This record gives sequence, C-alpha cells and structure tokens, in this order.
Amino acid sequence: MAFNSIADFFSMGGYGFYVWLSYCVSFLSLIILIINTINRKNKIIKMLNKRIARQQRIKNAPSREGIL
Amino acid sequence: MFNAFLQVVSKELKGAFRRRSDILNPIWFFVIVVMLFPLAIGTEPALLKRIAPGIIWVAALLAALLSFERLFKDDFIDGSLEQLMISPYPLAWIVSAKVFAHWLLTGLPILLVSPLLGIFLSLNMDTYYALLLTLLIGTPILSLLGAIGVALTVGLRKGGILLSLIMLPLSIPILIFSTMAIEAAAYGQSYLGLLALLGAMLVASVTFAPFAIAASLRVSVS
Amino acid sequence: MWKCLHPYAKPEKSYQLAGKLLPWFIIFSAITFIVGTVWGLLFAPADYQQGDSFRIIYIHVPAAMMAMAAYSSMAMAAFVALVWQIRLAEITVIATAPVGAVFTFIALFTGAAWGKPMWGAWWVWDARLTSELILLFIYLGIIALYNAFSDKVLAGRAASILTLVGVINLPIIHYSVVWWNTLHQGATISKFEKPSMAIEMLWPLIIMIIAFAAFLGTLMLMRFRNEILARESHRPWVLRLIETDDAQRLQKDK
Repeated sequence: MAFNSIADFFSMGGYGFYVWLSYCVSFLSLIILIINTINRKNKIIKMLNKRIARQQRIKNAPSREGIL
Repeated sequence: MFNAFLQVVSKELKGAFRRRSDILNPIWFFVIVVMLFPLAIGTEPALLKRIAPGIIWVAALLAALLSFERLFKDDFIDGSLEQLMISPYPLAWIVSAKVFAHWLLTGLPILLVSPLLGIFLSLNMDTYYALLLTLLIGTPILSLLGAIGVALTVGLRKGGILLSLIMLPLSIPILIFSTMAIEAAAYGQSYLGLLALLGAMLVASVTFAPFAIAASLRVSVS
Repeated sequence: MWKCLHPYAKPEKSYQLAGKLLPWFIIFSAITFIVGTVWGLLFAPADYQQGDSFRIIYIHVPAAMMAMAAYSSMAMAAFVALVWQIRLAEITVIATAPVGAVFTFIALFTGAAWGKPMWGAWWVWDARLTSELILLFIYLGIIALYNAFSDKVLAGRAASILTLVGVINLPIIHYSVVWWNTLHQGATISKFEKPSMAIEMLWPLIIMIIAFAAFLGTLMLMRFRNEILARESHRPWVLRLIETDDAQRLQKDK
C-alpha cells in the first residue's frame, strides 16, 4: 500500500485533482462508448422486430380479404 | 496514351478559360488573406518577416481548398466522369492529367503572385527564393492530396466542409516542412535537406495518389 | 492452409464467432481493468520526481498505445477490404474507428491533465500530444466521411480508402511534428520518456495495457456484430436469429 490513510489516498500527494480528473474523464468516456454501442444494438434489434412483426401481419393479411 | 493525357489537360484548360472567375477567385482570396495579417497584427517588418512563411502557406492551403470543388464536381454532375471511367485508358492516368491541369490553374498562379506577397511581407531575396521553391514543390502535393479528398466527397451533397476536415490534417507535413525551409532561409541556413524531403513527398504522392483518386472516384460514381 | 478461415467470410459465421468470443473478452477486460487500476492507484510506489501525479501514466500510455494499435488494425482491415473486396473487413474498419477516437481523446485529455502540474500549462505543443491531436482529427474525418454516405456499402469503401491514405501519412506526420518540435522548443524534458521504470511501477502499466487492448477487442466485437446486423437486416438468417432470440427471452420470462 503506497498510502497511509484514506485522506492521503484522495489527495494523491497534492496532485489529487489532476489524477482523479484524468481517471474520471477516462472511465466516463469508456462508459459512454459502451452505452452508445449497446444503445445502437437495441435500436437495430427493435428495427428488426418491427420488420418481423410486419411480415407476420402481411402473412396473416389474406384472411381479411373476405371482409373487404 | 500520352496524347490522351494532353487532350484531357487541354480540354480542362479550355473549359477553365471560358469561366475565368474560377481561376481568379482563389488567387484573389489568397492575396486578401495574406493582406489581412499585417492589418490584424501590425506592420513591424521584423514581426512580419518572422511570421511570413506561416501566413503564406496557410493562405495557400486555404486557397487550394477553395478551388478543389471544381476539380470533379462539374464532371460528376454532367456525367462525363462516368464516360472517363469507361474510356480505354487507365483511370489513374486520366485523373493525373486532370490534377495536373488543376495545378496549372491554381498552383501556378499562386507562384506567379508570390512576388507581390514577398513585397507585402518585406521578405529578402533569399527567403523569397525559398518561398518560391517550397511553393513549386508543395502545391502539386496539395493538389494531389486534395484530389483524393474531392474524389471521396464529390458524390455527397455537403461535401465541401467534409473535404477540408479530411484534407487539412493530412497536409500538415507539407506545411511544416515548407515553413521550416523558409525559416531556415531567413536565418541564412541551408534548406536543401528540407526541399529534398518535400521532393520525396512529391514523388511519393505522384506515384500513389492517382490510384487512390481513381479508387475513390469509383466509389463516388457507382 | 487458409481454408479453415473461409467460412468466416460469411457474415453469419463471423457473427456467431464474435458472439462466442465476446463474453470472454468482457470478463477478461473487466478483470484486468480492476486489477490494473487498483494496483496502479493504490499499490504502486510514488515516483521520486513526479510524486503521485505519475499515476496518470496508467491510463495515458495504454490509451495512446491502443489508439495507435486500433489505427493499425483499421489499416490492415482496410487493405484487406480493398484488395480482396471482403465486406466484413470494411465492417471491421468502421467498428474500430469510434473506439480508436475515444482512446485518442483519453490520451489527449490525460496528457493535458498531466501536463498541468508538470509543465504548468494544460496544453504544451509537445510532439507526442500534437501528433495525438492530429490522429484524433484523422479518426474524426474517417467517421464523418462514413456517416456522410447514405449507402453504407459505399461508405465502408470510402472510409477504407481514407484509412489507407491516413496510414501512409501518419508516420510522415509524426516525424515532421517531432522535428518541428525540436526546432521550436529547444530541449524540453519529455515526461513521456521513461528511462527505467521500477519493476513494481511497470507491472500495473503492463496490466493496464492489456486491459485497454482487451477493451478494444470487446468493443470491436460488439460494434462488429451491430454493423453486421444492420447491414444484413434483409437477410433471412438475421430475422430467424432475432425470432429465436425473442422466443428464448419469452421462455425465460415465463
């Protein structure tokens, strides 16, 4: 362990602001990248589900022909 | 084959002389941009001499950007680009002719107006020669690089700004080497090595760029 | 010799392979990230010159390295895409670009945050930082070009061409910037030159480099799968896949 106390750890020998800023921004941008990737996946799957539902509807459509 | 090259060049030149403003406007722009700097930061000759290479080269880069649109845009719109593609000659060869003509219409005039800038920015003779040489070697590289960018973006509706975003980072080495050469000349040092580097870049881009341009055009036209 | 690779030119097979590899990559990168970060922040000794500020190295250097690595893999994929006309390689190019751009941004940001206490300024025209900045612009250019095309097949090819042009230019840019830097700044002490790191400082760095590499792999796989799904969305295998996925989810919910 390189630090004696928790306060020591957070102050990083006076460089706390810069160290924690770097780590926070870095991990935040990595997390944003992950969220963006997952969001895109969900969007694509939603789009595909819609397409499947439409195909189903088209398949079931002939039964309505008699009504018209 | 060489005939085809000359034919393309002469056709381009004829077309350009019919619309002279297309040639004159970038040059005019170049001179105005260079003129703005002394007005903005002061006219002290020592200061001007110090920043002249940077100003001239940045202005040349911006002027080149302005003129690139014209390189393939009209041909793309009227469909003659597709005809060039199915011509019996290799596309890379024809494209080099077009880039060469473009350089004659934009790079060369910049060289021709540069004495005026030398006077504006109080360059001495040695520095001016260095400026002339770097422009002579550097502007063809700019034309070739820019042609790749234009070929990639010609089919897009808002290609203009994208072209500059793509092209400017790639042209940084030319900017650095040229201004370093001019600066060396201003301090009375030898700048042959830097010119040789620029020359090497010119040779490399003359060799490779036409193929990249041809490949990009195939993407844009299909 | 290459025959065993042939099935993976089919998007379906590659999609499945990427799906199989993905969990391992996720677990591996999560573990290495946690171990590396904790080790680097808590257990590595402070530098005798830079104090605790040197701990930024544990993200700065891996991010910078992997930003370059991402670009080289993009360049290789672009080469494959253009020479052998393999569309999956184009997809790889475009799956990697955003990850590389984010890594470059991280390297730049941490470089600035490290420079502030060391040099007294957020931004110094240091050769490394300057070439990182140019690399970021090139990444953004590739992404912008890809997004500007509405036909994604053409977009992939255009992005591949630009990637290759960039990879020829990058070494020239790097050396020109280094040279320019030595001319304009004289001898500044480069904080990035690490003459001989103590071994207990080096271990966390190596682990973090592996962590960033694994993260790059994970995100590449995820985005690669996304792009395949988006591009092949009209193919029957994609629709079948989604249907079976939905059915499985329904069963789980019951």
